[in-house]
Amino acid sequence: MSVIVFKAILVVVLFLVSLGIAAYSTYAERKIAAFLQDRIGPDRAGPFGLLQPIADGVKMFLKEEIIPTLSDKFLFILGPSMFMVTTLMVSAVIPWGLPLDIGGEMFALQVADVNIGILYVLGVVSLGVYGIMIGGWASNNKYALLGAIRASSQMISYELAMGMSVVAILLMTNGSLSLNHIVEAQGTGKLYGFINISGMNWNVFYQPVAFLIFLICAFAEANRTPFDLPESESELIGGFHTEYSSMKLGLYLFGEYINMFISSAIISCLFFGGYNFPGIEYLGTILPHNILSIISVLVLFGKIFFFIFFFMWVRWTIPRFRYDQLMRLGWQVLMPIAIVNVLLTALGITLFGN
Amino acid sequence: MMQLTNRSKVVTKPEMTWVEKLYIPAILGGLQITIKHLFKKKATVKYPEVQKEFAPVYRGMHVLKRDEQGRENCTACGLCAVSCPAEAITMDAAERQKGEEHLYREEKYAAKYEINMLRCIYCGLCEEACPKDAIYLTDRIVPSEYTRGEFVFGKDMLVEKIDDRVDVSKRKKEYSI
Repeated sequence: MSVIVFKAILVVVLFLVSLGIAAYSTYAERKIAAFLQDRIGPDRAGPFGLLQPIADGVKMFLKEEIIPTLSDKFLFILGPSMFMVTTLMVSAVIPWGLPLDIGGEMFALQVADVNIGILYVLGVVSLGVYGIMIGGWASNNKYALLGAIRASSQMISYELAMGMSVVAILLMTNGSLSLNHIVEAQGTGKLYGFINISGMNWNVFYQPVAFLIFLICAFAEANRTPFDLPESESELIGGFHTEYSSMKLGLYLFGEYINMFISSAIISCLFFGGYNFPGIEYLGTILPHNILSIISVLVLFGKIFFFIFFFMWVRWTIPRFRYDQLMRLGWQVLMPIAIVNVLLTALGITLFGN
Repeated sequence: MMQLTNRSKVVTKPEMTWVEKLYIPAILGGLQITIKHLFKKKATVKYPEVQKEFAPVYRGMHVLKRDEQGRENCTACGLCAVSCPAEAITMDAAERQKGEEHLYREEKYAAKYEINMLRCIYCGLCEEACPKDAIYLTDRIVPSEYTRGEFVFGKDMLVEKIDDRVDVSKRKKEYSI
């Protein structure tokens, strides 16, 4: 099997998995919301309501497609498509597991091991603002425009702190921007230089502050509570997607859940060792390579699912920020802390070597 | 200042400490509270499968009772209609003919008896007014309809079926004057 064929299959699989996870995130969101509020949640469609996402999807497709008369039709359609495309594009650089051994050849479970991986992630994520901005602008509606303005300023502000917190991680991996290198570095070496657990050398133990900043920024980037101002239903009637209906609205909502999935994947890769898990070296000696690869993929997905759960858990815990509080937190709190964190990390690395 | 009572409290708003200003301990506390609810017993009653029992005083859809021999109790005296604060009840009286003794208990009966279920406020005054043990409010729920007209229930909806009696023993009260 040639590399191209494998990558093509991987792309298709990733696409389907992202969509599937996004679909079932909506189900999980409703279930978790219900459980956290002492309710049961959707349980009518299929056993435990498991067919609910399908029913929702069918409903979305069958709804009437409304394009406002005074909107810019081309941009109106471009907005959600662009949002969806950018969210799906990020998954290209994430290493999903150890390489697979197919017929003696090793195939990396990563669509593209670009050497600027994390830069690519930040770049594409910031492209996602365009999807929201274009959609909100093209709607020709005050609420949509307000939502879009909020979304873009929020995402741009928090990208800075996010980037700064990532710099601290990059310093620790000798400046390599490749996500693959970052993940691999967390699988080797001893924790703090003396605790010998293989595959446990996670960045979160060295950079808890950076992790916290990244996590908060991820919430803001994914437009999740407590930073869901762009689409606050009570104030803006849905924000940038006020005018959207049918599957174009579906694309926005879907894109958001994919965003959440991808952010969880990136958090896991940057701070929680990606596909590494304690005891990976020992298992590598007793299990065939391919099985170990599959376990590593499952471990990564376990971490991702935990973070998706965490996103939902936080949603039902913390109320929404006010807009000025949001901006103050981003610029006056997270940003300086991130910069100081980078300086301290750099100082630590210069003083104590590695 | 002189205090009139000793119930007043002095409200203080202390400066937050540095740790409190971080908000992280507070957020963690909140997360702890929400996660506890994940394992709590759910309050939901899965309605069509599981039904909550009604209280004995529940006032739902009316029934026009028959006696043990299956004869209608109602004599169309009109006390229920008079007592009804929402003026939801109307009726037409008729005289019992020969050969109808097995249908109606008294010489006079209601040829037409209608309750407008949209006007009805389910107060139960008709039941209290009835001298003949004829009308009762039951624990049955009024079925939903699509048009307003369908909510005017006639005798076909209100009179209990001979082979499908409605139990109103919970609502029967003994009055002492």
